[in-house]
Amino acid sequence: MKTLSRYFVIALIALLATSVARAVQPDEMLKDPQLEARARAISAELRCLVCQNQSIDDSNADLAHDLRVLVRDRIMAGDDDAAVMDYLVQRYGEYVLLRPRFSLGNALLWAAGPVALFGGLIVIWFTTRETRMRKERPLTETEEARVEAIIARSLRDH
Amino acid sequence: MIVEIGHYALVLAFALALVQSVVPIWGSKTRDASLMAMAVPGALGQFLFVAIAAASLIYAHVQSDFSVVNVVENSHSLKPLLYKITGVWGNHEGSMLLWVFILALFGALVALFGRNLPRTLKANVLAVQAWIASAFYLFILMTSNPFQRVWPAPMEGNDLNPVLQDIGLAIHPPLLYLGYVGFSISFSFAIAALIEGRIDAAWARWVRPWSLAAWIFLTLGIAMGSYWAYYELGWGGWWFWDPVENASFMPWLAGTALLHSAIVMEKRDALKVWTILLAILAFSLSLLGTFLVRSGVLTSVHAFATDPARGVFILAILVIFIGGSLSLFAWRAAGLTAGGLFAPISREGALVFNNLFLTVSCAVVLVGTLYPLLFEVVTGSKITVGPPFFNLVFGIFISVLLVAVPLGPMLAWKRGDLIGATQRLWGAAAIAIVTLLLVWWPMAAAILPSLGVGVAVWVMAGSVVEVAHRVKLFSLPLATSLRRALGMPRSSWGMAIAHFGLGMTVLGVVAESSWNQERILVMKPGDSVQIAQYDLRLDGILHRNGPNYTENASHFSVLQGGVVVTSMEPTRRQYQARRMGTSETAISTFWFSQLYLALGEADPSGGSAVRIYWKPLVTLIWLGAIVMALGGLMSLADRRLRIGAPVPAAKSDARRRGQLTPVAAE
Repeated sequence: MKTLSRYFVIALIALLATSVARAVQPDEMLKDPQLEARARAISAELRCLVCQNQSIDDSNADLAHDLRVLVRDRIMAGDDDAAVMDYLVQRYGEYVLLRPRFSLGNALLWAAGPVALFGGLIVIWFTTRETRMRKERPLTETEEARVEAIIARSLRDH
Repeated sequence: MIVEIGHYALVLAFALALVQSVVPIWGSKTRDASLMAMAVPGALGQFLFVAIAAASLIYAHVQSDFSVVNVVENSHSLKPLLYKITGVWGNHEGSMLLWVFILALFGALVALFGRNLPRTLKANVLAVQAWIASAFYLFILMTSNPFQRVWPAPMEGNDLNPVLQDIGLAIHPPLLYLGYVGFSISFSFAIAALIEGRIDAAWARWVRPWSLAAWIFLTLGIAMGSYWAYYELGWGGWWFWDPVENASFMPWLAGTALLHSAIVMEKRDALKVWTILLAILAFSLSLLGTFLVRSGVLTSVHAFATDPARGVFILAILVIFIGGSLSLFAWRAAGLTAGGLFAPISREGALVFNNLFLTVSCAVVLVGTLYPLLFEVVTGSKITVGPPFFNLVFGIFISVLLVAVPLGPMLAWKRGDLIGATQRLWGAAAIAIVTLLLVWWPMAAAILPSLGVGVAVWVMAGSVVEVAHRVKLFSLPLATSLRRALGMPRSSWGMAIAHFGLGMTVLGVVAESSWNQERILVMKPGDSVQIAQYDLRLDGILHRNGPNYTENASHFSVLQGGVVVTSMEPTRRQYQARRMGTSETAISTFWFSQLYLALGEADPSGGSAVRIYWKPLVTLIWLGAIVMALGGLMSLADRRLRIGAPVPAAKSDARRRGQLTPVAAE
């Protein structure tokens, strides 16, 4: 069954937890709406470690619940956003971050887009160089005559 | 017996595909018309046999024949008939059968409707199509046989995963596969052209309707999948940048680029090499998607290593087809002549810009999807690339493209006038800027979402202005403009409509992500909560029995200004066979916005956890996709492209150009 339904995102997500919508629970939420908003924003950046590519904010898994509570505990303890993130990275590794950090190891990932764009521009520059050089010259007299003849013929035919 | 017939039919289809892989291409080499002609009955026969195989598997599911492993694992005698049928492709083996069924369907369509194709091209296209088919028939027969029997047969099946027991499963996979697999035709055309070493504007005209058809299905399939996830999963997300989604989105991006570059090739005989490459890439990305989804490599590199049979097989198919086609491309593409000249600022230039940004966006998605896998293989440690990354990087590149969308159609072929184009678009720009300011200032919205709305409106207004400009609205009498509008080529209408749909989708995305509201709380009967301009009251909880589940429904009244406007009933279901619970959401649409309710766990105090969302303009996301597909359909209906339409016009066009080319070039 595990391999069979690994087909749709839906099935994927459902396999990893019961699919009663549980994501963020009312009893987890902080009283202060501003602190809660911060907790939600941080949660959206953190991965539920046992799920397939889901943030802890969206996930139904028990671990996600624990992490949500942990994030809120850290906020209540007075940590700022960066400190909460650092705390989780220390405990769970960079794997927990949904947006990888800028680092040497991730250079390839972050640079992929700009490099592709730059590479594309270079390719376009070189492939069109030939056509840019190949300026259109005016027609020679014989060519003009041929065009005239063709036009005249097609006019006559119609 | 029926099941064995199905199995045997699949073997026959494989045998036929092997013959079709070789004979027609041999015929085209030796100029033997009868060998080439073999491709047509071959493709039709393949389709017939695969159809028999598919029908017999459906029969086994409908009959609840529990002596077949596939039925036992995915069906239940009490399951409603619709889900017995859709359950056929709701699992690995069955979905691969659907994959080859659609591949054979496209092959048969080319055989039937490709009457006007040159004989050698048609023979080669169908032969390449048969290579792909052979590989996948063999894959199914060797590693994923859906016709496997089991003895002794169990009395009852395990039922289908409850989340898949939904109308979405009936529509989403067939549409998605029609798109995904449909790009195999463009691929086969590209390979055939490389084999023949000849390619011209007529080729682009032949291949465009097939790419367009595949694109339409893929657009609808992705949108449908997104809406399904949205209402099924219960937290209102509609796009997760999950590898499985990316797997279908990458061919879409490449396919969209292909459609645009094929226009240049058809009209101006330029960008030939690039168009061929895109045709190869679009299908290669489909194959990559099949590999990612089917091999199990997504869950973990280690899971892939422990049960590698299927994964390695598809990886081999992937390497052979992608590697082979790219090698062929590298070898033959240099021989293709460059076509018409154009200045950087021109319609061609704009379409090159479109292609550059679409392929770069596609590359970002590709790298982001594969990076965690490669990282784990290389370093042994794990890393996550999730939505925050994609939203940021993909967002930047696609935004640049969106701003340019209205400009392209305003530029002339060969040599365009950017300032003139911008001036003609002043109306669209004015509307966009006014909307931006109206959103930003009185609504006190953040600047980024306001800009997003501005761009969306710019794209929509731009396509309207483009049509108005074409029919010379206001500068000619209304009746004349109307006549011009009716006479406008359908492909031009198609473009305007598709671009408008794109703007709608962008507007929906921006509005939903920026201004959605939510309430998460425990409610007891009698409780009320306010969201947006509505009050929701929980009236009571009802218990009901379904065919293969029991459910608790919470009845809500939706009030606006004290008056009940509608009622909503989210439910929690318990499926007996798998002992799994699902939460069925309730959605009410108000104009383009939606109210979305999902139930969480029951609370010990007798209440129930409820998640309530207000999603402004959310339906535009999918309506926009439908409008895009309609634009594609409109374009497909264009006389020039109609499948089977007589070609003389194209031929005489080419001849006329043929005579004139020596004058212009050299």
